[in-house]
Amino acid sequence: MLLSYLPILIYMVIAAGLVGLIVLLSELLGKKKHFPSKDMPYECGMDPIGDARSRYHVRFYVIAMFFIVFDVEAIFLYPWGVVFKQLGWFGFVEMAIFIFVLVVGLVYVWGKGALEWE
Amino acid sequence: MSLTIPTFSLASIGPWLTLSVAAIAILVWDALSKERPAAVPAVSLAALVIAAVQSLTLLGKKGTDFAGMVYVDGFTALAYLILILGAALTIFLSWRYLEEYGKNLSEYYALLLFATTGMMIMVAGAHLIMIFLGLEVMSIAVYVLAGFLREDLKSNEAAMKYLVLGAFSSAILLFGMALIYGAAGGTLYLNELAKKLAVTKAVTQPLILLGLGLIVVGFGFKVAAVPFHMWTPDVYEGAPTSVTAYMAVAVKAAAVATFLRVLYVSFPGFAADWTWLLWGLAVATMTLGNVVAIAQTNIKRMLAYSSIAHAGYLLVGLVAANQLAAVGILYYLLAYTLMNIGAFAAILLVSRQQDRYLNIYDYCGLGRQHPGLAAAMSVFMFALAGMPPTAGFVGKLYIFAAAVQAGYIWLVILAVMNSLVSVYYYLRITVLMYMRPAEADLGPVSFTPAVTATLAATALAVVLVGIFPGWFYDLAAASVKIFSL
Amino acid sequence: MEYLFYSLAAVALISGALVVFQTHPLRSALWLIVNFFAVAGLYLLAHAEFIAAIQIIVYAGAIMVLFLFVIMLLNLRQPEEELARPRLGLKIAGITVAVLSAVLIGMGLAKVVLKPVTELPVGLGNTESVARLLFTDYLLPFEVTSVLLLVAIVGSVVLAKAKLR
Repeated sequence: MLLSYLPILIYMVIAAGLVGLIVLLSELLGKKKHFPSKDMPYECGMDPIGDARSRYHVRFYVIAMFFIVFDVEAIFLYPWGVVFKQLGWFGFVEMAIFIFVLVVGLVYVWGKGALEWE
Repeated sequence: MSLTIPTFSLASIGPWLTLSVAAIAILVWDALSKERPAAVPAVSLAALVIAAVQSLTLLGKKGTDFAGMVYVDGFTALAYLILILGAALTIFLSWRYLEEYGKNLSEYYALLLFATTGMMIMVAGAHLIMIFLGLEVMSIAVYVLAGFLREDLKSNEAAMKYLVLGAFSSAILLFGMALIYGAAGGTLYLNELAKKLAVTKAVTQPLILLGLGLIVVGFGFKVAAVPFHMWTPDVYEGAPTSVTAYMAVAVKAAAVATFLRVLYVSFPGFAADWTWLLWGLAVATMTLGNVVAIAQTNIKRMLAYSSIAHAGYLLVGLVAANQLAAVGILYYLLAYTLMNIGAFAAILLVSRQQDRYLNIYDYCGLGRQHPGLAAAMSVFMFALAGMPPTAGFVGKLYIFAAAVQAGYIWLVILAVMNSLVSVYYYLRITVLMYMRPAEADLGPVSFTPAVTATLAATALAVVLVGIFPGWFYDLAAASVKIFSL
Repeated sequence: MEYLFYSLAAVALISGALVVFQTHPLRSALWLIVNFFAVAGLYLLAHAEFIAAIQIIVYAGAIMVLFLFVIMLLNLRQPEEELARPRLGLKIAGITVAVLSAVLIGMGLAKVVLKPVTELPVGLGNTESVARLLFTDYLLPFEVTSVLLLVAIVGSVVLAKAKLR
């Protein structure tokens, strides 16, 4: 049972190992020469302006909230898909109601202009 | 493998469907129209009326539906009706008040209906998952309502405090449910819990007790019982006045009714453990609420502490744990809904515009200037203090009688002493209204039809329900037979 | 199997502690991701595959994004003045509560007669068996969830939208 996850584990190990290897190799093989203008943060080739740690606008928060809500909605689609055939039309109606309520949310958000980048 | 799809009847959850469909319709309507739809309060009220009629049809029933997820019985129906009454009266108080702030938005009514739906899900929940979902639907809607006046700092503070502490209490409740789930060996149905916990009692006792304790904390927060009351004064003061009224009556009613069902149905085998716990909570809640209320000069804060004290009286009923106590709690919730909404209607009128006058000394001389308003306010103060012939008196009588019947003499003595303390700060308002001249001219009171009608109707109802408690007593007594107490 | 469990549990506990002990909120958030993954691994070991997937998709994905946004919304600079240390009374209270509940839970667990579970039923927590319950017996909670999500959407618009007409 658990063994079927072995490929994922191997994949994760290889991915992490590859990243580590690349970083390590560039650290070992690369030449290191520091001078002030090179150590400066890169900002389109010109001198950096202001502080990198600026505040994000609150509208990002709204977008993230919507992302969570619709992400949770999507989660429910996976198990539904698995038993879709056995549930038949009953399951279809169930999911249709669920999706309808959330589409109302989308209509509301859209109609209120909450998706606009004001 | 084929699946067995459970049979169900949509009529069992009729009131939920009506309210949530109405709320959804309001949202879509608002989002699709250019102007603010003016008929939203009327639509919400109509939905509440339909839901009330649907609840009436559930009165005589007994049993569960939706694969044992919801209770369909008289107790649920009566709780529905009390919640619907609270929500409807709140709407009457709302639109003019929100208009003053330029905030009479459709979302307010949609959230109010959603919150009421959540409360219904809670009180009808026959499965801890349902109860938790209902609690969350209610809580999230009420968090937002508390912060509805976004430009107002106090409203923001109220929403923030309520959200952070409320989320914490929800988590505690959920943790308690999880422990109970584990201790019972994997069930969350309220009636099965009682059986399974009885079997596994000896083995997992500490786990069950911890789970039960956490559940008590979670509900204690929602009913504002000491020591989980810290949020109450600030949130009640900062929230829009109409929302404060709603929180005080409906949130408390839903939480108490659900708490009652969970304790009586799932944990009768542990009555010895939770009664002493609730005994302590009840005494602490009554005493702190009443004593601190004396020191308040802001009327909303005073009613916040009064609401804490009333939570204490309701806990006395929970401790008593007999048929009369369940009846008393239902009656008390009805009475409290009427008298507290009435008191808030009076507060709205006296505060003139935008909550300008909330100090208790702003009530000086009201008896001469506006005799009708002062008389109604006096009725509510008498009722909250528990004096005959009001509904507040009969409610306390039932609950205290139930506690005496169950043998908690000392608890009743303490409760009666607390009631005497409470007379002081309730009657102080009456004294100020009639015995003191007005300190300054606060400007004319604008008697808007909706609020005035609410004031008059609740004042009348508080007296009538107090003089004729029999019909409700019979209804409630028949409905609480489902609890084997 | 057992070693896997203990090592994942150790990672979860240590990363959880590191979340609490960081002074910089962003570092806390990053350790929290490690914690989420370790817990997801524990779910896998308990044959709760669906929950494990949710743990990654919703928690490590969506909720983490929200956390990071909220941290960025607030100021990211190191606090100039030293953070207010919790008072001694609070510390004592916190430790007492933690110890007491640990003792209570421990006592509860110690009394439970642990039966060696040889093998859990096949597919106990996989997506299909979750689905079989979710869409039949639990259909009502499932639909109520959609209402809960809708309320959350409306709530976030009401509180965070700049100009609500």
